[in-house]
Amino acid sequence: MFTYRRPDPATLPPNNHPPYRSTALRHPREPLVVVPQTLSELTGPVYEHQAPGPLDHDLTRQHPGTPLGERIVVAGRVLDDSERPVSDTVVEVWQANAAGRYAHHADTHDAPVDPNFSGAGRVRTDGAGWFRFVTIKPGAYPWQNHENAWRPAHIHFSVFGPSFLTRLVTQMYFPGDPLLALDPIFKAVPDAGARQRLVAGFDLELTEPGLALGYRFDIVLRGAHATPMET
Amino acid sequence: MSQPITPWQTVGPFFGVLLRHDRVVPAALEAPGPRIGIRGVVRDGAGAPVPDAMLEFWQPDATGHWAHPDDSRKPADGFGGYSRGSTDAEGCFSLDTIRPGETPGPDGTTQAAHLLVGLFARGLFTRLVTRIYLGDAPGLEADPVLRRVPAGRRATLIATLDGDGVYVHDLYLQGPMETVFFDV
Repeated sequence: MFTYRRPDPATLPPNNHPPYRSTALRHPREPLVVVPQTLSELTGPVYEHQAPGPLDHDLTRQHPGTPLGERIVVAGRVLDDSERPVSDTVVEVWQANAAGRYAHHADTHDAPVDPNFSGAGRVRTDGAGWFRFVTIKPGAYPWQNHENAWRPAHIHFSVFGPSFLTRLVTQMYFPGDPLLALDPIFKAVPDAGARQRLVAGFDLELTEPGLALGYRFDIVLRGAHATPMET
Repeated sequence: MSQPITPWQTVGPFFGVLLRHDRVVPAALEAPGPRIGIRGVVRDGAGAPVPDAMLEFWQPDATGHWAHPDDSRKPADGFGGYSRGSTDAEGCFSLDTIRPGETPGPDGTTQAAHLLVGLFARGLFTRLVTRIYLGDAPGLEADPVLRRVPAGRRATLIATLDGDGVYVHDLYLQGPMETVFFDV
């Protein structure tokens, strides 16, 4: 039998985080109840997503026209915490358009919607854990958290991994963004090194000549370890 | 030496952009087993409905088998076991599925019929993990996970049968009826 190691608390943003106002009424106040990892958690949805379509990885080619903005490549590997590749797992992204507007009815930011950009993508990792998206660099946008609050440009990532316990939802940021130092969501990650894992690196190898700058974003999931069953 | 995992960040308010393109097969309705529905409301610490929560459900088939390579017992044909969706403007969620069976627990124990739930929302950095047990299911007293929960809070994990295969089960992020969430 194996179990999944619990994450280092230094990597986990606290659900109660006053600088991010919406946490106030939404975080549990009771301590989480520690329970054993059973077959329920050690399994997980590995078959559910139908094969991603041929254009699901390319957010710039999902409409008849070309979206506005700076075309980029975002690629990386999904690994477990022992640096073993997580192959054949679904990686999903969603994001704002180049003007900082989501194709979502609840987004009221006064910036143009791009009819050629939905902002959602999905791929499966290959045998070495690699994924690759082509997209548009998202714009920063204002939010209501505090006076003159702006979210740094980011791409939301959703990864499944081999079990219910490997699930991860996070955000990828861009290097050199001055808004990072001001963002209560990014800064909520306690450990500076862990925080830096959320910032993609510019990568000339991934850059497509004449087409798109490349950014590298590796993702590390909880790993399974052959240990006695925790009780 | 193990690598630190990538930190969580909130799902935010706009995950609907992703779900709109979902091709997830909802809830395995083609598999054999009794049909059930689970209806509920997600509420915050002020009792207000949470209209922008994302919910994921993971369950075994009617005989307690999981659609996963680590469960050598094969599930019923057409059974997946995963579904996801979001709350509506009134904070309501709804799941139509088949009734999960009892499934093995640690050390030879049996887990009563349940679904795992992952709850995500704006204002939550991490996924909250809870379970929904079916109130009329046998074996709740002996369930190895429920037994870890303080007796006074177990009811927050147990859905109430509301007639004809429909269960009601509200989720409270905070407050006097706060749902039990797990560290697993």
